[in-house]
Amino acid sequence: MAKHETPLLDELESGPWPSFVTDIKRQAETKPECWDILGQLELSFKERITHWKHGGIVGVFGYGGGIVGRYSDLPKRFPGVEHFHTVRVNQPASKYYSTENLRAICNLWEKHGSGMTNMHGSTGDMIMLGCRTEALEPFFYELTHELGQDLGGSGSNLRTPANCLGQSRCEWACYDTEEACHHLTMHYQDEIHRPAFPYKFKFKFSGCPNDCVAAIARSDFAVIGTWRDDIRMDQAAVKEYMAGNIPANGGSYLDGDWGAFDIQKEVIDLCPTDCMWMEGDELKIDNAECTRCMHCINVMPRALRPGAQQGATICVGAKAPILDGAQFATMIIPFIEVSAENEFENVIEVIENIWDWWMEVGKNRERVGETMQRVGLPTFIKVMGLEPIPQHVKEPRSNPYVFWQEEEVEGGWDRDVDEFRARHAA
Amino acid sequence: MGYDPANPMVDRITDIGPPHYSKFHPPVIAANKGKWLYHEITKAGILMHKAESGDECWTVRVGAARLVSIELIREMCDIADAHCDGFLRFTTRNNVEFMVDSEAKVQPLLDDLASRGNKFPVGGTGAGVTNIVHTQGWVHCHTPATDASGVVKAVMDELFEYFTSMTLPAQVRIALACCLNMCGAVHASDIAILGIHRKPPMIDHNRITGVCELPLAISSCPLGAVKPAKAEVNGEEIKTVKVNAERCMFCGNCYTMCPAMPLADPEGDGIAILVGGKVSNSRSAPKFSKLVIPFLPNTPPRWPETVAAVKNILVTYAGDAKKYERIGEWAERIGWEKFFEKCDIPFTIKSVDDYRLAYDTWRTTTQFKYTSHIK
Repeated sequence: MAKHETPLLDELESGPWPSFVTDIKRQAETKPECWDILGQLELSFKERITHWKHGGIVGVFGYGGGIVGRYSDLPKRFPGVEHFHTVRVNQPASKYYSTENLRAICNLWEKHGSGMTNMHGSTGDMIMLGCRTEALEPFFYELTHELGQDLGGSGSNLRTPANCLGQSRCEWACYDTEEACHHLTMHYQDEIHRPAFPYKFKFKFSGCPNDCVAAIARSDFAVIGTWRDDIRMDQAAVKEYMAGNIPANGGSYLDGDWGAFDIQKEVIDLCPTDCMWMEGDELKIDNAECTRCMHCINVMPRALRPGAQQGATICVGAKAPILDGAQFATMIIPFIEVSAENEFENVIEVIENIWDWWMEVGKNRERVGETMQRVGLPTFIKVMGLEPIPQHVKEPRSNPYVFWQEEEVEGGWDRDVDEFRARHAA
Repeated sequence: MGYDPANPMVDRITDIGPPHYSKFHPPVIAANKGKWLYHEITKAGILMHKAESGDECWTVRVGAARLVSIELIREMCDIADAHCDGFLRFTTRNNVEFMVDSEAKVQPLLDDLASRGNKFPVGGTGAGVTNIVHTQGWVHCHTPATDASGVVKAVMDELFEYFTSMTLPAQVRIALACCLNMCGAVHASDIAILGIHRKPPMIDHNRITGVCELPLAISSCPLGAVKPAKAEVNGEEIKTVKVNAERCMFCGNCYTMCPAMPLADPEGDGIAILVGGKVSNSRSAPKFSKLVIPFLPNTPPRWPETVAAVKNILVTYAGDAKKYERIGEWAERIGWEKFFEKCDIPFTIKSVDDYRLAYDTWRTTTQFKYTSHIK
């Protein structure tokens, strides 16, 4: 029986898209606190403002992250959501689950929490939405002891790393994203659970430049798969595409009325570097000119594949606009091998170079991309011990204001003004 | 022996991380990892991945609200147990993927999904609109300027045909963040729905002493609009802050740092629409979304103004863009002046950047198109 009238929310029960309102109502039949979620949300819909209090520091012993405190500002009216803390449970890499595991998590959340979740949060965790403070330790105890699972990150720490599904089900992945993600998640458990950074730090692992996990837009440390050699080509399959026997772009356009496939218009003319052409009925690629954007491969996945010498590009410093504006991650390492065989030690070395520097010079609540902006890319390149290369910039600077170092200038900077004046009257 | 509140540190397990992903791979995935040859979308929402071994993995993708109950997750598990050897996965865009190892198993799975009302819509692939990534909104967040789940439901109801078909010039990624913190990182989306505030923070002098580190609140303001001040509370002078409202850009960062500076407001808050962002490196470099509609009101439960604005942009793009062009690529090709004209969106001074790095967006060429904007 509904505890509150929810006429506004009820309007979200119609329509073809799944209704979260219907879903919460069903859950409320066995978890009555869900009626108070609906009650408070209905009030927010009516008043057009949130009814959650600011903050509240809660957690489990020994961890500084993984739990986000949340309290209702109308606890008497909605006692079921008086405490409504979020628990972030670190998702398995690639977000595959066995039903056995998912059911166990559901049972645990039925016992200790509201029964509502987010599958998943923006960073990647399973979000257990809404429990009381006194439920946190028992939940954590059973999560670790019975399920063998752990919390993710929150606050100024390494946030829960995330990856695209990579080689598990994608032909384009240029390294094993799920193994990299899992390995580094395990390697940095302390950094995930105990905040020691100036601000949050995110890892994301995408297998190719299509970047399905939005690493270049959303992570401080983006590992994006790429290759060094030539795009692998199957000329027979190219002919099949040209004959219209294989749908373009893996079937992405099946419902549209785009006419017959035109390799010139759809592939060659859209290549950003103009490095493809037809020679008779053979497709040619000048691979030295290719910037590996993926377009031709996306359009003809059965004819073209990433090269066989595979690795990743590392880009650093993406973030959303708060405060100085949004930043994409900047290309720092053009090509690095990413391999479980060396336990990713070369990637770890890059990460720790960044952290050692950022933990020293980063200001409170300054993302690494903002620190890079503040000190400048030349300084960051030096800190990273890298040789500057033209690939680090879109174009050379257009102002002449170079910070020359004294040792770079013949004779140094110490000069005698009296000697100068002896030769140059004022 | 369960948790003992008297001895919380006894027998404690920490830092064990997530379970290894390989425990959760469906058999066809485990057998063919790293050996996939190609994929094909055979119908909206259905993907076939072909392995070197000849094995096929057939995936049925269904949309879900991000906000889901354990009852619904259990129902997903029932489906996966009946059809998928007890495995399933979630995508980064809150879709659920059910995988089977032969084409013959697809139709029974589809029939099962269809028998469960509108809970499991199949789609979200190829040149269509896939699920909206979004934040918490009024259902769980303390800083939102709009709701999230409600707006998303209203928008997806309207765009449903684009979720279940692949008729657009390219994929369209829509995202919603309920305030400028952008937990949803909407800054690189084809269409971004962004909650914004328009009233400066109030100062709760009665509470500020106990809950706020004043230097942090002051330094939190990117424009230096928060200054130290004094106020009288119960006859006593206290240290507090004041806000130079003329300099406030309504980012809300002060409230994040100081609970005594709330700024949410039913009239002040609403939605801005940004378009033309992309994450993929395909063809053109990743792009930020650009602000084209500075404000739409919060109108629960179905936000008709926001829904209409998103639909209008989508439909205009669908009718005008070339095959493979993302919204941002289309807008750049035709020129932003044409974007505003074709979409019939009024261009306002609020789309002219006056924040940092703004100069990058000013036009410094004589090349432009004559549109109705030039009188």
